[in-house]
Amino acid sequence: MEQLNAWFTELLSDNAIFTANTLGYYLDGLGSTVRLVFLSLVIGLVLAVPLAIARGSRRKWIKWPIFFYTYVFRGTPLLIQLYLIYYGVVFIEGIQDTFLWAILKDAFYPALIAFTLNTAAYTTEIFHGAIKATPRGEIEAARAYGMSRALMMRRIIMPSAFRRALPAYGNEVIFMLHASAIASVVTIMDLTGAARFVYARFYAPFDAFLFVAAIYLCLTFAILYLFRYLEKKLLAHLKPLNG
Amino acid sequence: MIDLQGYGPRLLEGALVTLEVAVLSLLLALTLGLLTASAKLSRHWLFHRIATLYTTLIRGVPDLVLMMLLFFGGQIGVNMITDWLYYEFDVDIFININEFIAGVVTIGFIFGAYMGETFRGAFLAVDSGQLEAGRAYGMSNRLIFRRIQFPQMMRHALPGLGNNWMVLLKTTALVSVIGLSDMVRIAAEATKATHEPFLFMIPVAVVYLLIASVSEWIVARLQKHYNVGFGEADEWNN
Repeated sequence: MEQLNAWFTELLSDNAIFTANTLGYYLDGLGSTVRLVFLSLVIGLVLAVPLAIARGSRRKWIKWPIFFYTYVFRGTPLLIQLYLIYYGVVFIEGIQDTFLWAILKDAFYPALIAFTLNTAAYTTEIFHGAIKATPRGEIEAARAYGMSRALMMRRIIMPSAFRRALPAYGNEVIFMLHASAIASVVTIMDLTGAARFVYARFYAPFDAFLFVAAIYLCLTFAILYLFRYLEKKLLAHLKPLNG
Repeated sequence: MIDLQGYGPRLLEGALVTLEVAVLSLLLALTLGLLTASAKLSRHWLFHRIATLYTTLIRGVPDLVLMMLLFFGGQIGVNMITDWLYYEFDVDIFININEFIAGVVTIGFIFGAYMGETFRGAFLAVDSGQLEAGRAYGMSNRLIFRRIQFPQMMRHALPGLGNNWMVLLKTTALVSVIGLSDMVRIAAEATKATHEPFLFMIPVAVVYLLIASVSEWIVARLQKHYNVGFGEADEWNN
């Protein structure tokens, strides 16, 4: 450990830009990015599952509002959604007097809300597609066994729909990681924000942005391999015999 | 009618800038995509490697980071090359990397990688017997591409291309961050000046939805064109 530390200090000693100080900015930025992406994905997922089930409902007054929500959030740039929420919350009547204001005046939470609503819309459509693709025979079999709708949803449709949705959901996770770069636009010091700060301070665009690009690349590959591993485990029954 | 407080004409100009960036980067992306796909399908290992490296790297990094790299770093890089040309060969040229070029080139490069994957899959989906038949008729490679390979490839590529275009359209919003006056930037400026975020952001969102709806219709028309002879069978897959 001592040796590693000494080696590290020496490596950084004749580097004007990547000092321990600036690396600290990147580290903080990594923390912000991971927190933002992870939280929005988890909350978005929790929202998306019931929405996806309701999206397939036969009742129009349930189906259409959800369709409208996903259509709007998937059809407009995330940047606009972020601006709307970031600048918009201030103008909600009387919000500055409530306890909510303590939370919302920090840029992190408007960004979290925008990202969550965005990813929930995409995830809803992914799951809706996966649910719709359930083989008819499975549903008929469940009905023949006398399962109620809820039981059928829980035991038959959802488990297989989750598996079918996995590859598309992996893409959505990577998309969210990349989309989170715009958080830096509303003053959040995420990874991109740290890179912008280092660029502005040293006027060294290549160092600042190539370094952060490499970090994003590593994160992307980590997510990619995680989902490949999950797919291999969960979709093993779909593999061809001599694959 | 809603009162845009005098920002109406500027927002309209911004919408035109958005469309320009989107269409120009689409053209660049389609060209790069075709090149990448043919490089990936070529038997030469070097082309294959370069194309794979390109698609992997580009798709692993956020678009905004690439755009800033090109916008902030591009001028320095170009200056280094032109300086070198001046000292070595006495050629005096000046290339200015502005927001517009940086935006179009970055978005074109990013979506070139995605288009490349779409085209590659579509080329592979064309029955090789069709190409052999063309060869048996004595067609040249170019004629085979134009008359047999391309039209059939497009049938498989169109759904993917349509999706990529929708994502590309939304990505153009990022050019506002590096300072190009597209409609998002003008709406953001208007918001800061008037403190009316909903008044400006919602019309802009509606314009995006409108462009998306129109392009959906165009893609559907094109799909009908390229699906001639395949009946309704394909609609089951969508």
